[in-house]
Amino acid sequence: MTYLEHVGKYFMMLKRVFRKPQKRRVFYQALMKEIEDLGIKSLGIIMFISFFIGGVIALQTALNLDSPFIPDSLIGFAAKRSIILEFAPTFCCIILAGKVGSYITSSIGTMRVTEQIDALEVMGINSLNFLVLPKIIAALFFYPFLITLAMALGIFGGWIAGVLSGLFAGSDYITGIQTDFKPFLIVYALIKTVIFSFLIATVPSYHGYYVKGGSIAVGRASTQAVVWTTILIVIANYFLTQMLLT
Amino acid sequence: MIEVKNLHKGFNGTEVLKGITTTFLPGKTNLIIGQSGSGKTVFLKSLIGLHIPEKGTVAFDGRLNTEFTQEQKMQWRQEIGMVFQGSALFDSQTVEENVMFPLKMFTRKSRAEMLDRVNVVLNRVNLENSNKKLPAELSGGMQKRVAIARAIVMNPKYLFCDEPNSGLDPQTAIVIDNLIQEITDEYKITTVINTHDMNSVIEIGEKIIFLNKGKKEWEGSSEDIFSTDNEAVVGFVYSSNLLKKVRQVYLNETK
Repeated sequence: MTYLEHVGKYFMMLKRVFRKPQKRRVFYQALMKEIEDLGIKSLGIIMFISFFIGGVIALQTALNLDSPFIPDSLIGFAAKRSIILEFAPTFCCIILAGKVGSYITSSIGTMRVTEQIDALEVMGINSLNFLVLPKIIAALFFYPFLITLAMALGIFGGWIAGVLSGLFAGSDYITGIQTDFKPFLIVYALIKTVIFSFLIATVPSYHGYYVKGGSIAVGRASTQAVVWTTILIVIANYFLTQMLLT
Repeated sequence: MIEVKNLHKGFNGTEVLKGITTTFLPGKTNLIIGQSGSGKTVFLKSLIGLHIPEKGTVAFDGRLNTEFTQEQKMQWRQEIGMVFQGSALFDSQTVEENVMFPLKMFTRKSRAEMLDRVNVVLNRVNLENSNKKLPAELSGGMQKRVAIARAIVMNPKYLFCDEPNSGLDPQTAIVIDNLIQEITDEYKITTVINTHDMNSVIEIGEKIIFLNKGKKEWEGSSEDIFSTDNEAVVGFVYSSNLLKKVRQVYLNETK
């Protein structure tokens, strides 16, 4: 299959996904389950990584701006910008693409190779709508919260790192965070998160849904899904940055 | 009744089904037999619409499945029960949830009413006290019985089974065969079973179709199969010495 055929098939898949759910009550139950599987179960890893990477960003900035002509508050300012603009939305979404993307592909792919998707179709259920739509809604709804939390924890991690290492004063760091604060940057980060969330939910679903073969094919599809989701996030990040910030 | 006319289906330029014409009788256990790769599963999946045939028609009680409106198609789907080769139970759901699933999707029954119906069908397949178990906690035979329960929970008019006793020990296979036949008689369902289990052929085959390289080579009843001279059928059905002797005894007795 050519890349163009995959793109066409992906959009054809989306056309079948975005239909009215056949039973609202069943859809809500599926949505709650997906919020738990894709969102709440990712809280721990995102909180852990955000806190420590925030600390590392602050330490690296402090070590590289070691000059008497540069105020220490710049460390907080630079860390805040790095975390809000790139680390939280992009880096965390790439982590989620790995964690959640492989889960989505392997769960849908296993359903495909064990004929569970055929069973849904035989019953008269739109399997794409039933399996993928709750994942998209769950990701679009939950990941902005998750990324906002990542921003806060990253900045907090930077403050803790400064206080514990003695490289800069906590008060200077807080001054830097408050300097030139632009709320649009948060909006920019959340717009990126929404786009990346859509990719995280749909690209792995595509790879899982159309998998052919057995368990090896499912494993291969999971790897491909993570690779392609990451590539698409990076490309989307470039264009979104150019569109929204220049 | 299911009438199949001149059904053709291929994949990537290879023709798998080469113009099959046959009829599946209501209230009967219809068997499709043939070697691995003869096109049995493709044929079964073409009947239920999981594969779209390139040529030919399938009529369910006179209604062509290709001419259904979206609403009629949904209705038709609910008249179909399917037991897949690997059972195809939803891993994350318990036995009760698996069987209740079609009721939740397509009926407006209360939870208590649905639970009653689930318990009736689970009792029917002799699976009491397994409601809260996950499919992974069940044996192969029990999984097949749950799959049968899920297939009949909506009172289907047509029941399709793809190799229902593959991977089961002979004793459990007989239990599953008998269960399917009892359900067919009880609910007057048109049942179509894919199998290459010769015991099933002899025990429950009221009408048998033999597929060979994508073509219908032979059809008849389980009694006809003993007396047929068709070389392909004889070669396939009586491949073991035991069955050859059984056939010889049958032919000697009927002379």
